[in-house]
Amino acid sequence: MPSDHSNSLLEWLGPILQGALVTLEIALLAYAIGLVLGLLGATARLSPWRPLRGLGTAYSTLVRAIPELLLIILLYYAGSQALNALLAKLGGDMHIEISGFVTAVGVLAFVQGAYMTEVFRGAIQAIPKGQLEAADAYGFSRPTRFYRIVLPGMLPNALPGMSNLWLILVKDTALISVIGFEELFFTAQQAAASTRDYALFYALAGALYLVMTLGSNALFARAERHVRRGQPSA
Amino acid sequence: MDFSWLSDPFYQKALWTGFVNTLWLVAVSAVCGFALAVTFAMIRLRGPRPLAMLVTGLTTVVRGTPLLVQLFFFYDGVGRLLPEIPGLQESLIWPLLRDPFFYGTLTFTLSVGAYTGEVLRGALLSVPEGELAAGRAFGLSPWQILYRLWLPRAIQMCLPTLTGELILLLKSVPLVSTIALMDLLKAANMVRDETFLVYEPLLLIAGIYLALTLVLTSVMRLIEQRFPGARPATPKRRRLLPG
Repeated sequence: MPSDHSNSLLEWLGPILQGALVTLEIALLAYAIGLVLGLLGATARLSPWRPLRGLGTAYSTLVRAIPELLLIILLYYAGSQALNALLAKLGGDMHIEISGFVTAVGVLAFVQGAYMTEVFRGAIQAIPKGQLEAADAYGFSRPTRFYRIVLPGMLPNALPGMSNLWLILVKDTALISVIGFEELFFTAQQAAASTRDYALFYALAGALYLVMTLGSNALFARAERHVRRGQPSA
Repeated sequence: MDFSWLSDPFYQKALWTGFVNTLWLVAVSAVCGFALAVTFAMIRLRGPRPLAMLVTGLTTVVRGTPLLVQLFFFYDGVGRLLPEIPGLQESLIWPLLRDPFFYGTLTFTLSVGAYTGEVLRGALLSVPEGELAAGRAFGLSPWQILYRLWLPRAIQMCLPTLTGELILLLKSVPLVSTIALMDLLKAANMVRDETFLVYEPLLLIAGIYLALTLVLTSVMRLIEQRFPGARPATPKRRRLLPG
């Protein structure tokens, strides 16, 4: 019954595209926070102060050794409970229901930050020491040195890893559906269950993820050409 | 922290089943997936053009979509269409086609084939042409060149990356808990539902995964060092995970 299929497809296309938009929002936000966490993690791992180095190493090692789905479920419960416990201590009987969106972004960003830590650590270590010494010799302050030397120096090395992590993140957002948050794949599952056109809607969800990953591949290729400008082509 | 449920033989059995299933899934998918990866890489390098394009397309789709979506597509999507094929339900392979384990290994095998196939293709390309020419000069057949010379040299070059792929495979196993397959996460979820403990079962299997990752990386490191022609071990920095 082809007309049946096209009807159900039309009926669900709106909600599914809406879900794709939510997926993109979650991924973008989690990526931005993950970048910051990764920079902090890398700074900690490269710090001369031992306890800080240990903390950074523990963060990136533990998170990367445990399956993402397990971490997401664990952090989903732990995160909301910890925050509520904190609020109870601070403000007596304040109890807030943390929205699924915030948890989803937070959990994904936390995982992403651990992988980003390793990417940034490697990229920062690849910067020739002489460049940093030259910056110090010119009397650059630490923030200026970071902004003018470290950041542009490491970006060409970090970008391939960063684009890889972005792709992994887009795909990992599907895991959020397991804890019942309505993003692209969750909506596709609902559509599949209500119309019983399982293969159709899962293929549709897959196609939308593919559009996102292939599209961002092209963007990252442009970004890489930009940060590598002036360098001999590899 | 309350771990008293661990003394319950029922939960012990569930966790053990989950543990064994996890290892089986990794072992079967790694072996089948590697065979598929070699096939994919060879088709893309030497196969007929239409077939090579097909493999390239398949690789792009597998690498560009979430594993969870693939798993549901095969298990819920294709799996539900199969009974409509006449005669299939009476055939011998039907019990296999109803087993979630089959769909888990199928999805993971395809995934390993696609990701590792790319790695292998790059490694095969970086084997110096002269070595293959030497093989031909010695009168080796194309088949002998492949499995005596080309493939071993390529594996030697990308072994650390292969270790990384294996760890990724291990870490994707909990996904099968969503398709009614008893793995470690499914066992932990069962304990959680029945005892109302939120963290303890999850923390326990997080610990198990941590241990499995450590064991697997050390075993692979040993293999890397023993692999014929491997460069002598560099004792500089030891990392738990590649990357």
